[in-house]
Amino acid sequence: MPAVLSEPVRSHFPTTVNTSTAGRPDFISIQNFSFFYGAKQALFDISLDIPERQVTAFIGPSGCGKSTLLRNLNRMNELIDGISHSGDIIIHDHSIYDPLIEVISLRKRVGMVFQKSNPFPKSIYENVVYPLRVAGQNAKNVLDETVERSLKGAALWDEAKDRLHESALSLSGGQMQRLCIARAIANRPEILLMDEPCSALDPIATVKVEELIQELKSEFTIVIVTHNMQQATRCSDKTAFFYLGKLIEFDVTSKIFSNPAQKQTEDYITGRFG
Amino acid sequence: MSDARNGNLEFQRTYAAKGEPFVWLTAMGLAVGLIMVVALLGIIISNGLPVFWPSRVLEFQLKSDISNSVPQGGDKIVGELVQKRMKRIPVLNAQGIKKADQTELQVFVGNKDTYGLNFAFANQDDIASVTEPKDIYRIERLEYGIAFGYPKSVKLANGQSVPSTNATFSTVLAQLCAESTARRHEIENIEKHEIGQINKQLNELRISQKSDSQSAEKLSALDAQYKTLASKASELRATQSASSLQYITPTGVDRSLAIGELVSYTQPNRLSTWERIVLFARNFLNFLWENPREANTEGGIFPAIFGTFAMTLLMSVAVVPFGVIAAIYLREYAKQGFFLQCVRIAVNNLAGVPSIVFGVFGLGFFVYFVGGSIDQLFFGKYLPTPTFGTGGVFWAALTLALMTVPVVIVSTEEAMAAVPRGIREGSLSCGASKWQTIQRIVLPASLPGILTGLILAMARGAGEVAPLMLVGVVKLAPSLPLDGDFPFAHLERKFMHLGFHIYDLGFQSPDSEAAKPMVFATALLLILLVITLNLAAILTREKLRKKYAGSAF
Ligand SMILES: Nc1ncnc2c1ncn2[C@@H]1O[C@H](COP(=O)(O)OP(=O)(O)OP(=O)(O)O)[C@@H](O)[C@H]1O
Ligand SMILES: [Mg+2]
Repeated sequence: MPAVLSEPVRSHFPTTVNTSTAGRPDFISIQNFSFFYGAKQALFDISLDIPERQVTAFIGPSGCGKSTLLRNLNRMNELIDGISHSGDIIIHDHSIYDPLIEVISLRKRVGMVFQKSNPFPKSIYENVVYPLRVAGQNAKNVLDETVERSLKGAALWDEAKDRLHESALSLSGGQMQRLCIARAIANRPEILLMDEPCSALDPIATVKVEELIQELKSEFTIVIVTHNMQQATRCSDKTAFFYLGKLIEFDVTSKIFSNPAQKQTEDYITGRFG
Repeated sequence: MSDARNGNLEFQRTYAAKGEPFVWLTAMGLAVGLIMVVALLGIIISNGLPVFWPSRVLEFQLKSDISNSVPQGGDKIVGELVQKRMKRIPVLNAQGIKKADQTELQVFVGNKDTYGLNFAFANQDDIASVTEPKDIYRIERLEYGIAFGYPKSVKLANGQSVPSTNATFSTVLAQLCAESTARRHEIENIEKHEIGQINKQLNELRISQKSDSQSAEKLSALDAQYKTLASKASELRATQSASSLQYITPTGVDRSLAIGELVSYTQPNRLSTWERIVLFARNFLNFLWENPREANTEGGIFPAIFGTFAMTLLMSVAVVPFGVIAAIYLREYAKQGFFLQCVRIAVNNLAGVPSIVFGVFGLGFFVYFVGGSIDQLFFGKYLPTPTFGTGGVFWAALTLALMTVPVVIVSTEEAMAAVPRGIREGSLSCGASKWQTIQRIVLPASLPGILTGLILAMARGAGEVAPLMLVGVVKLAPSLPLDGDFPFAHLERKFMHLGFHIYDLGFQSPDSEAAKPMVFATALLLILLVITLNLAAILTREKLRKKYAGSAF
C-alpha cells in the first residue's frame, strides 16, 4: 500500500503507483451500489469489478442507468439535488466517498468525456490546457508540450495544429468531441470515462476514436458507454449489460457476445428488444 | 348555401391560423412606440440644433398707427425671428373688430441692458415691411447676453478713437477682441488656479495651527505671493476696461461696451452659407467645451457633460461588481427555495422604489453616516468643514449604483442560468473547483448578459436627477471632479449634471423664455451622451458575443 494511506488526515485522492504491467482486476470495485434520484431508484444493488488498464463497456437499452453509474465514478451526479446512494465505490483500495477526500482530487484522477461534446468557449489551446490551468500549472513549455501530446493522443493534432488559438467553437462536431477527449487526457488521469463518445461522429471519426481507445488503453483504465454493439466488440475487453437499473451480466466481451449466460442479454445483443 | 358557409369557414380558419390580427396588433404596438420615440427626438433635435445656427437679423417696420406701442420704443423691431404662432386671445383693431390675421411673431431682440426684455412680440397684421439690415452686428457679451447694434467707433486705451468708417476698423476690433479673450483666460487662470493653490496652502497652514517661526515665515511668503498675483489680476482687469466699443442700438440708443466684456461678434447678414456652417460648428463646439456664464443661460455646458460622464462611469464601476457578486451568490451558492425566492422578489422590487427615496437613503447613509465617519477618521483637522460628509460625485455614483443594482443582478442571473450545464460539468470533470468553474467558464460566458444589465443601468442612471439633488449635484461647480491637482480625482467634489442642468435652466432661471433653446440643446446632449455610452457597451458586448457564441453544432 502507498505510504500516504498511513497518514491520519488526507484530502487528496491517492495516486496510483504502477508496479506491475498486468494491472489489478479490481481496480475499480463497485460494491452493492444503489442510486436514487429523489425517490426514484435508478440503480439497484450493483456489484462490479473494473480491471486496470483495460476497456470496459457498459451496454443496455436507453434509460437503464449506464450514464448514472458512469457519472457516479467521478461523483458528477452530486450536482443534482436530492440524490442519494447506498453501497460503495472503491478505486484502488480507496473509497471515493471517503469524507476526507476532496471531490476535486478525485476528478483530477478520473477524466470524463461526455455524451454531448462540451468544449469551452475558449481557444483550442486553452481548452486542452484547462485541467492544467485549474491545477495551477501555468508554465508555457509544460502547457505547449501537453497540448501537442494530448491533441496527438486524440488524433486531432494534424487538423488543429495551425489553428490552436482559434475558438474551439469553430471546430466541427466530430473535432469538438476529439477535442474533449484531448482535454480529458491532458492532465494524465488514471481512469477515463466515456459516455457514448461516438454518438455524434461519422464512421471515419468513429474509427479514429476507437483506435485512440486502443492506444490509450496502455495508459488509462477506460470505461465506455455505448449503444453500438460492434463498437463494444471491437474495442472493449469486458462488457457489462444493464437492464432497468440492474446489472444483468458482466463478463469478457467475447463471451458476452458469443455465448451470453442470460436470456435478456442474448435478446438485447441480437436486437430482439431495446 | 352550405358551400358558401364552408368557404367562409375555411377563410376564417386560415385567417386565424396565420395570426394576422395579432401580427397587426404587435406591429401597431411597435409603431406607436417608435412614433413616440421619433417624435420626442424630433422635437428635441429641431429645437436644440437651431440654437447654434447663425440666423439672419430682420428689421420689422411697424405700421404707423401702432407705433410706439413696442416696449423697446421706436417704430421698428430688429432681431431674430423665433417663431410665428397663432394668438390665443384674439386681437382686436381700434374699432373692436377681430383682425383678419391672428398670427403673432416672437422676435429675439437682445440688448437686455437697454430694453429690459430679450423678446418682442408683434402681430403680423401690424407689420408694414421686413428688411435685412446689412451692416448690423451681433455682439456676444459676458453679461446681458446678446446685443444687436451698429458700431460707431472703438476707443483705444490711449484715448484715440477709430471710427467704424475707417478702413482699419475691422482689423482693430478683431485684434482687440482676441487680446481681451487671451487676457480673460489669463485672469481666470490666476484667480482660479494660482490664487486657489495659495488659498489651499494658507488653509492648510491655518488648520495645522502651528505658531512657530517657520510657519509664520511661510505665511508671509504666501501672503506676498498672493498680493503680487492679486495685483496682476486687477491690472489685467483694468486693461480689460481701458478700451471700449461704441455702438448704437437699432432703436437709436448709444451704448459703450468695455472690450473685456466682448466675447465675440459677427455680422449675421453678411455671412455666406459656408461661413454660417462653420459658425454653426464652432458654436456647437463652444457649447460643448466652454464653462457656463450668467447663471448657466450663456456659454457652454462642459462641466455638466463631464460631471454626468464621470458620475455614470463611477456608477458603472460600482454597480457591476456589486451586482455580479450578488448574482453569483444568488444563482450558484444560495440554497434555492422559498426564502431565496423572496429575496429575489425583494431585489426586483427595489427597482420600483421611487428614486427620490434612494436619494434620501444616500444622503442619510452614504453622506452623513459613511462620509461623516470618514471625515472624523481621516479629515478631522478640516472639521467642521465637511470633506466627504457632504454630497459629492462619489456618493452620487454609489446612490445611483444602489438604485440600478437590481437590473444588473437580474440580467447577470439570467445570463448565468443560460450557460449550458454541459460546459459546467466539463469544467468540473477537469478537476476545477466550483469557484474556478464560475470564474473561468461561467462568468466569461455571461459577460454579454452582464453588459446588457450595465447598459440598462447606465441608461437609467445617466438620466436620473431627483436623487442627485440630495447627494451632490449643484447648479454651478467651482471645479471638475478630475483636474491637475493632486490626487487628480476628487471624488468628494460636488459636480454638475446635464439632467439637473435642464431642470435648472428650464425652471429655475430668471428668464426661462431665453433659456428654452438651451434646455433643448442640453437635452440633446444628454441623449447623445447616453447613446455614446450605450454604444460603447453594445459594441463591447457584440465583440464578446462573437467570441463566446457557439457556432457549429
Ligand atoms: N437528473 C435526473 N433526475 C431524475 N431522474 C433521472 C435523472 N437523470 C436520469 N434519470 C433517470 O435515471 C434513469 C437512468 O438514466 P441514465 O441517464 O443513466 O440512462 P442511460 O442508460 O444513460 O440512457 P441513455 O442510453 O439513453 O443515455 C432513467 O430512468 C432516467 O429517467
Ligand atoms: Mg446516457
